Amino acid sequence: MEKKIRVFLCKPGLDGHDRGVLIVGQALREAGMEVIYSGLKQTNDMLVEAAIQEDVDVLGISILSGAHMALIPRITELLTERGADDILVIAGGVMPPDDAEALVSQHGVDRVFGPGTNTRDIVAYIHEKTGNA
Amino acid sequence: MTETASDLYEGLLNGDRRAAARLISMVENQDRSVRQVLRMLHQHAGRAHVVGLTGSPGAGKSTLACGLTKRYRDAGLAVGIICVDPTSPFTGGALLGDRVRMQELSGDPDVFIRSMGSRGALGGLSMATNDVINILDAFGKDFIIVETVGAGQVEVEIVKYAHTCVVVTMPGAGDEIQAIKAGILEIGDIFVVNKADRDGAHRTLADLEMMIETKPGGDDSAWRPPVIATKALDGEGIEELEDAIAQHADYLRESGLLGLKTEQRMKAELLEILNLKVSQAAARVLDEDEEGRELVRRMTARELDPHSAAEEVMEHLLKREVEKPGT
Ligand SMILES: Nc1nc2c(ncn2[C@@H]2O[C@H](COP(=O)(O)OP(=O)(O)O)[C@@H](O)[C@H]2O)c(=O)[nH]1
Ligand SMILES: [Mg+2]
Repeated sequence: MEKKIRVFLCKPGLDGHDRGVLIVGQALREAGMEVIYSGLKQTNDMLVEAAIQEDVDVLGISILSGAHMALIPRITELLTERGADDILVIAGGVMPPDDAEALVSQHGVDRVFGPGTNTRDIVAYIHEKTGNA
Repeated sequence: MTETASDLYEGLLNGDRRAAARLISMVENQDRSVRQVLRMLHQHAGRAHVVGLTGSPGAGKSTLACGLTKRYRDAGLAVGIICVDPTSPFTGGALLGDRVRMQELSGDPDVFIRSMGSRGALGGLSMATNDVINILDAFGKDFIIVETVGAGQVEVEIVKYAHTCVVVTMPGAGDEIQAIKAGILEIGDIFVVNKADRDGAHRTLADLEMMIETKPGGDDSAWRPPVIATKALDGEGIEELEDAIAQHADYLRESGLLGLKTEQRMKAELLEILNLKVSQAAARVLDEDEEGRELVRRMTARELDPHSAAEEVMEHLLKREVEKPGT
């Protein structure tokens, strides 16, 4: 058994739509990754703890509610506090370009994927970043 | 021992969840450096009660695991949960969604939940699961719940060596009752009919009870598997399930079966490891050794039959291991 890329996909906050995140999950599975899904309405604390227990390489955060600036910086802070900032953090959802820019430059997010992103790009990005092309 | 492995071992014994998580990944990836850690933690394991939960997808295993764990937590006990789901044989990927049904537990530092893909390939799954059980055991968990889909033989193999094996079914699962007849009946210490809120629950309950009553073998002192109706979503019947598990644990202790069961598990664990090692070594002989390749050529030319060839390979292996100790 070779090393597999493990991804934790989560939906923090009160947002109730998981269609998009499940499509991404399927694409990542098709690409041979182990995808763990959190379910809806996770608190930051819950999902950081889960990411640590599952020892994932990638944390994928999906937010459609508009609360990304309130939630994501706190998540990456928690990851750092608990010594898990080596996890690659990607975010998806509807976010104004300025917010996306700030998340990447100031809040420890590695990459933001906007609506309409081709799932192949996400797969390619993860492969590139985890050195598992 | 490598620096990281010994750090992780220290971390594990000091209650560091990240260390436990890392060690589990090393087991899953068959990283050789984890072996020394497994060797050392063997002495620290053996305290936890291992509960296997098996049954077809959607029967409610994860929901039950969540309910059960909440009760153990109320009693101040620490719990480990291992959820094994099938890996796609085509892509090697897996979608692991059991956590969705265990939301109420996430964030609790005394509940350690780990989702595993079966990763199929050359067996190894029950070996890996055993190692993960031992890690969580040494980590200080009082109860370890192992959830597997009760379909494949390997999955059944895993729960078979749990201390208490719980088989979960639901109303209207006619095929499932057939499956239970065909093999899972023997391994179930406790049967659960979940979704008792649905039509047909009485019928399924009665069918199961009948099957257990007419099961051959077993004297009066033997364990009679109880059949429990649950509504995992609203928590009904979970207390009865918890009681039944406790009673089964008492039964194992009092009857002396606990020692026997542990012995069986150790033996199965050893056989599994040996199986893997021997078949890997044999494959190497056939692929890499000139003598091995010659055997295959002679078989292909119909000069040698497979049974005799196997004898020769075994002799070759044994000889080689004696000549090169420590490899
Ligand atoms: N009606 C009903 N649904 C349930 C019950 N327990 C679980 N479920 C639902 O059955 C589905 C499958 O449950 P899950 O625990 O994921 O099953 P698993 O695949 O065996 O782990 C989920 O939608 C649960 O909410 C129950 O007692 N009654
Ligand atoms: Mg499940």
